Amino acid sequence: MNFDFSDDQKQLRDQARKFLAEKCPPKAVRVVLDGQAPYDRALWKGFAEMGFLGVAIPEEYGGAGAGHLELCVIAEEVGRALAPVPFSSTVYLAAEVLMLAGSDAQKQAWLPKIASGEAIGTFALFEGTGNPSPKAIRLDAANGVLNGVKTPVADGAIADLIIVAARTASTGRDSDISLFLVDAKAGGVDAKALTNLDPTRGQAELTFKTCKAEPLGAPGEGWSIITQVLDRAAVLTAFEQVGGSDRALEMGRDYALDRIAFGRPIGSFQAVKHMLADMYVSATLARSNAYYGAWALSTNAPELPEAAASSRISATQAYQHCAKNNIQVHGGMGFTWEFDCHMYYRRANALALGLGSLSYWEDQLIDRMRKRNAA
Amino acid sequence: MNFDDTPQEAAFRETARAWVAANAPKDLEAELASSSLGRIRLKHADIVEVGKAWQKKKAEGGWACLHWPREYGGRGATPIERVIWQQEEGVYGKLTQPFQIGEGMCGPTVMAYGSEAHKRRYLPKLASGEEIWCQLFSEPAGGSDVAGLRTRAEQRGDDWIINGQKIWTSGAHYSDYGLLITRTDPNVPKHKGLTMFFLDMKSPGVEVRPIKQANGMQEFNEVYFTDVVIPDSQRLGAVGDGWNVSLTTLMNERMSIGARLATGFPEIFEFCTNLMTDNGLAIDDRATRSKLASWAVKASGLKYTSYRAISALSKGERPGPENSIGKLVAGVMLQDIATYAMDLEGAAGVLTGADEQVTQGQFQQMLLTSPSMRIAGGTDEILRNIIAERVLGLPGDIRVDKDVPFNKVPTRGRS
Repeated sequence: MNFDFSDDQKQLRDQARKFLAEKCPPKAVRVVLDGQAPYDRALWKGFAEMGFLGVAIPEEYGGAGAGHLELCVIAEEVGRALAPVPFSSTVYLAAEVLMLAGSDAQKQAWLPKIASGEAIGTFALFEGTGNPSPKAIRLDAANGVLNGVKTPVADGAIADLIIVAARTASTGRDSDISLFLVDAKAGGVDAKALTNLDPTRGQAELTFKTCKAEPLGAPGEGWSIITQVLDRAAVLTAFEQVGGSDRALEMGRDYALDRIAFGRPIGSFQAVKHMLADMYVSATLARSNAYYGAWALSTNAPELPEAAASSRISATQAYQHCAKNNIQVHGGMGFTWEFDCHMYYRRANALALGLGSLSYWEDQLIDRMRKRNAA
Repeated sequence: MNFDDTPQEAAFRETARAWVAANAPKDLEAELASSSLGRIRLKHADIVEVGKAWQKKKAEGGWACLHWPREYGGRGATPIERVIWQQEEGVYGKLTQPFQIGEGMCGPTVMAYGSEAHKRRYLPKLASGEEIWCQLFSEPAGGSDVAGLRTRAEQRGDDWIINGQKIWTSGAHYSDYGLLITRTDPNVPKHKGLTMFFLDMKSPGVEVRPIKQANGMQEFNEVYFTDVVIPDSQRLGAVGDGWNVSLTTLMNERMSIGARLATGFPEIFEFCTNLMTDNGLAIDDRATRSKLASWAVKASGLKYTSYRAISALSKGERPGPENSIGKLVAGVMLQDIATYAMDLEGAAGVLTGADEQVTQGQFQQMLLTSPSMRIAGGTDEILRNIIAERVLGLPGDIRVDKDVPFNKVPTRGRS
């Protein structure tokens, strides 16, 4: 059994960690947090130069053609460093949709630009309150012209390429939904930046007014593509969450070792030790589930839907748990803007919602397990 | 990343699988498969008797304690081969329950501290199940705080005279030998005055009394020692070095007890899939789905955590500390799952055994037994301390009795 990343993949992880430690220290994250820039442009350029953006994109489309395991180890480091760049929208969502369902011309047009950092992509799925569902998609796409509003859209205000989930029929079936590709610079779409929990990753409302769009994938196949892409993104996001969980745990541990109260390090009190031990348990379960997701993603295994849901739930729980208890270990200092704890707390809770919330994925997991048991 | 065996591992698995297929007591398969928690009880056979027969067969085939050296009754197998064997032995591994303490704890301690003559005399018979060993550590005054033990050993010529009491000794009533930690010097701080021995459980002055447990069963014993004589040749390690010797034993305890962990998840999932409530199937209820999903990812998280450890073994590396989470996660899960299943049953959940009609009292039994899973082999609290100190590197507790002679340490909280 070799249920682990290869030495080359671990080396790539170390390389990414070193790069991010240098180029993305907390003070760089704070530039975006404080609203001085919508994202870290220099870091994004560095990502392109390091080959992170195209690591899973085939060579014929300008990528490195390495694979998804390589992308997983990079995602972990992106999460650990809270990198304030549109990595998940562009790489886990837009690029994945293109690779799954795009025509050769669409791939030729956009994947090389994604790999080189020229194009930021996003996936416009949600329309207000609620979880992913064909019923919740109302944006109209009669004759390839889009009319409607998408909100929230991660990185929507800075995206060059927008993949849009739209309604092409109203029969009440999944086949009512189709996907479209929109070039943001071509007009017909207005972006309004929205305030959100985690300002290091922007959210926007996109209004489409007689916006010309290209169909992406076969008509009526939209919902099927969406579920596949959400599964793939769930695994990749789980690695960001695992990276963030580990970092929050380390911050709590380090503070508990340094901080003296009642004449001793607070890390010598069992109440604090046990809180940190429980964080370690959550983070370990999440990592192991995420590895299973990575295996399923990289081999395109039939287990992917179940593995993705498990990865997603476990990683969401672990990151929320570690981020909130990291603040608790820090006490009052953890509640200051100056300490970095809240940045992890914000990211943990934003990531918990982005691809559909915990309750959505719990439903997915149980449905998928039942299906397997019945089979 | 893959779940495949290496060619050597596959060949080894093939050999093991063929041997199990040809030799296992298949008439017990269904009964063993359906018992998931606590001690195994067979309807028409005695577990010790059937277990001894299986262990003997394994020893003859070279499959008993296979990771031990050949001269001590093993096969000289690698750690990964041991894991593959456990996977292939499958449900029949439950038959080895009477030998697990000996194999996992007493054997390794004798191997580390016994004389060559001891090893050749005792280990092969321990491996083949001909002789059963128990571990005599816990006392009424020392559970988590093992070093607080009071059983005295006083030297008289070439012998030691033992007086005192042990508790929570599994299998003492059918054991041939016991690994015994004693206090040989109460005038020094508690960790420094301990000495380890092994003894014949049939020695005069050894009295075994069963303990009636909170769940109504009797699986453990109290063992009383009255002027029991142990020859000095049965001492393991130096006089006063018993604490270090015991660390070898306990390190092995957590490894071996963590090997086969029941979580209760398959049982609750099946239960909820089939249970009809007034609002439809339990599994269609939002609150139930949320709980099931949380337990599902804990169960899968434990499974894949152990796969990571197995992968390390497969590469010839030492597994990381991840595996220390197993019992901590599984114990609480069992208790929570039992409680939730009964909640779904409503008032009828109060019934037990055959009077409970849905699963013949499965979850009620789980409820009553699960507290022990959070205590035996290291309480949840001790396990959290271990993770905090050994994995995360946090400071140890401040020990107020560390430099105090043992006989000056307070014995009661309120006097």
